[in-house]
Amino acid sequence: MFPAPFLLHAPDGFFSVPVSVAFWVVTAAVLAISVREANRSLEERTVPTLGVLAAFIFAAQMVNFQVAGGTSGHLLGGVLAAVLLGPWAGSIVMASVIAVQALVFQDGGLVVMGANIFNMGIIGTLGGYVVYRAIASLGRGWRWQLGAAAVAAWFAVEAAAVVTAFQLALSDTSPLNVALPAMAGVHALIGLGEAAITVAALAFIASVRPDLLQSRERAIAAGGEGHAGGLRGALRSGPAWLAAGIVASALVVVVLAPFASADPDGLERVAIDHGFDAVAKANPYEILPDYTVPGLGGTASTVVSGLLGVLLVLAVVLGAARIVAARRAARLQREEASSTA
Amino acid sequence: MSGLALDRYLPRESPIHALDARVKFLVAVAFILAVSLLPAGAFASIAIAWAAIALASGAAKLGPFRPTRNAFFALPFVLAALPLVFTRPGEELFSLPLAVFTLRVSVEGLVAFLTIASKSWVAVQAALLLAYTTPFHDLVDALRALRLPTIFVTTVSFMYRYLAVLSDEASRMLRARAARSGSRSGRSGGSLRWRAVVAGRIVGALFIRAYERSERVYQAMLARGFEGTVRPRASRALRRREWAALALAAALLASFEAAAHLWIPAV
Amino acid sequence: MNPAAADDARSVAPPDPARWIEVEHLHFVYPNGYEALKGIDLVIARGEKVAIIGPNGAGKSTFLLHLNGIHLPSHGRVRVAGIEVTRATVKRVRAEVGLVFQDPDDQLFSPTVFEDVAFGPIHMGLSPEEVHRRVEAALAKVGMSGFERRAPFHLSLGQRKRVALATVLSMEPSVLVLDEPSAGLDPRGRRELIGLLRTFDETLIASTHDMRLVAEVFPRTVILDDGRIAADGPTEFILADDVLLEAHGLERP
Repeated sequence: MFPAPFLLHAPDGFFSVPVSVAFWVVTAAVLAISVREANRSLEERTVPTLGVLAAFIFAAQMVNFQVAGGTSGHLLGGVLAAVLLGPWAGSIVMASVIAVQALVFQDGGLVVMGANIFNMGIIGTLGGYVVYRAIASLGRGWRWQLGAAAVAAWFAVEAAAVVTAFQLALSDTSPLNVALPAMAGVHALIGLGEAAITVAALAFIASVRPDLLQSRERAIAAGGEGHAGGLRGALRSGPAWLAAGIVASALVVVVLAPFASADPDGLERVAIDHGFDAVAKANPYEILPDYTVPGLGGTASTVVSGLLGVLLVLAVVLGAARIVAARRAARLQREEASSTA
Repeated sequence: MSGLALDRYLPRESPIHALDARVKFLVAVAFILAVSLLPAGAFASIAIAWAAIALASGAAKLGPFRPTRNAFFALPFVLAALPLVFTRPGEELFSLPLAVFTLRVSVEGLVAFLTIASKSWVAVQAALLLAYTTPFHDLVDALRALRLPTIFVTTVSFMYRYLAVLSDEASRMLRARAARSGSRSGRSGGSLRWRAVVAGRIVGALFIRAYERSERVYQAMLARGFEGTVRPRASRALRRREWAALALAAALLASFEAAAHLWIPAV
Repeated sequence: MNPAAADDARSVAPPDPARWIEVEHLHFVYPNGYEALKGIDLVIARGEKVAIIGPNGAGKSTFLLHLNGIHLPSHGRVRVAGIEVTRATVKRVRAEVGLVFQDPDDQLFSPTVFEDVAFGPIHMGLSPEEVHRRVEAALAKVGMSGFERRAPFHLSLGQRKRVALATVLSMEPSVLVLDEPSAGLDPRGRRELIGLLRTFDETLIASTHDMRLVAEVFPRTVILDDGRIAADGPTEFILADDVLLEAHGLERP
């Protein structure tokens, strides 16, 4: 039973343990931010809402349309969820859907769930939302907004597929020169279906119950700032930067790690074959000579250590930011107290 | 009639069923981890792991082969690993000459592919056994006790509760669409884009109905005294027996893993 | 031999109007093993109006879903207008049999009434002019002319039920199948529905709990209970038989 495009719900065994663990770490970090943001901005009435809407996403993934012969197009729903619920609640909903699909239907593995959530619930939801906001802020009007949603939906599916291909390659499950074109190619088409369904759904909701669209979406359409509208609003949002930072670093590490691998398999083979030898040899990790995790071999260990390094740096930065913010708040309080005295 | 079989739980009076859900969940995940860590070609070890599942399934009074019979749906994803057979460098097994090029099947590639396929197959069986022996509600409760944030616990719980309802709504709408998809000439009219738009509208209508339902659910909760926050419940501590079971499972898995890497012959 | 001719050859001579719907030893078992229909034999003539009544769980809805091929028989056969209902003929059957479901919200998924009613004809591949003509005709038939631009979501239940009926009428089927048509309607809504159904000359089959509807619209009544036909005859006799009705969990109007 595959209500959703099954090409993105990896079962256990298809990503190696180091890759799975690494992505669990990243996913947990980003979801922790989502939880915090969602708890802060959602009202109490949403206690049942998120659950019912998660069931909606699951049911919506059953809705198909005939493409050609026996094939049909389906919806993944990441960008739809993000636009309808906001990015943080959207990622929580998508993560919940993926978890229930794995736990109840064994659609997707348990150990690899971190990677699956990263692909569909973070890249496919938060990542898609970033693209949506970026494009939406460049123009005005409802049609432009729908266009932004269409592009974002396509991007979300395509990006999720590309990341999956890299994960497969890093896990030595599938050679990159086969996985990447296959995943990217197939999902370029699936992404079109995603875009069409997403836009049609949003247009329908807007025509019947416009009040259900987040008020900020309409503010974006009006080209105004709203209370968090526009690209500038997104830029000001600390948590957005944090999440984006974590995700971007993770992607960079994942993509570049194979170049750092001493073993000439995978990407490096492709690089050598295509004469990109020089790039492969300029090991970006020479700064830390023994950039490996004991017990793990080659590429995987580089990835894990890379990701752990990123998180370490982030923790330090976060800690520093906290201290700075606390000092600033304390100073403000003192100034206020002294001005009212 | 709901077409969705929502809980794979099969009630039995068995020692496995009686185990705390936290123990079962942790052991299942650890087991899958252990299987995933097995080296390439470790077919004998994978067979041992499979036997363990069969044994546990028998102990759970489900019949030793039930997880095996129902695990086959993992197969389609297996195609993702198939290229390994042809692209992994190594000793050539045989070649398939095709029009312009030759496909080389290497021993290493075949071994790698079969390793992934069989590991995945065993892992799905472990997940199935967990589902067969643990009601979903208990599983969610276990996750909550294992510190899953409250917002996930409530989302997953409500989601599960309304999964059948919303899936049924979706099925009925798809059925109604099918009922109006007749054509005397056998040709279907309407462009691809129109079909996609109709699918999108069904999704949109589904969203509105789901949202309105969630409002009714919230009002019903208010009417029964809900005050805005779901208070996290304290869960009982694990008994000594259960800690012992966890420790035993960990020890078994660790020694199995060591044996598989050091001692059990692999291809 | 081209496919169209092959089909004709299979569906034999032009369909006999006295046997417009033929159900032969129909058995249906759900995938989970539940036997919903245990051998149904029924013949309905073209233009006949038949009510199907019975307790909940009798299999009424399941039976209706066989008439447009949403369910296919486990054993036995269903034939509509001479076409045997199989996986291959399902599309043609659906152009012949219009099924209206109980909940109009399951059937109305377009932003405007016009687009919902137009869905069927568009799917049939008709020209825009023909689609337009059919939509207008269908809306007129249910008394909803002028509502083309309205959003179905904003209409009352009675209006939505009428639009749902129109979405099927626009396909100009020879058979109309209705699942609980008066469910949820207030007395006025029900009166309007009764008035409406009496003007139809299509073959009409309805599953319903509403005995007054049965008495006023359907000259023939079939009692379905536990997957079998318990009675099949003139409405006035069946509805007068208290013992029979009570035996199958029903009441007089």
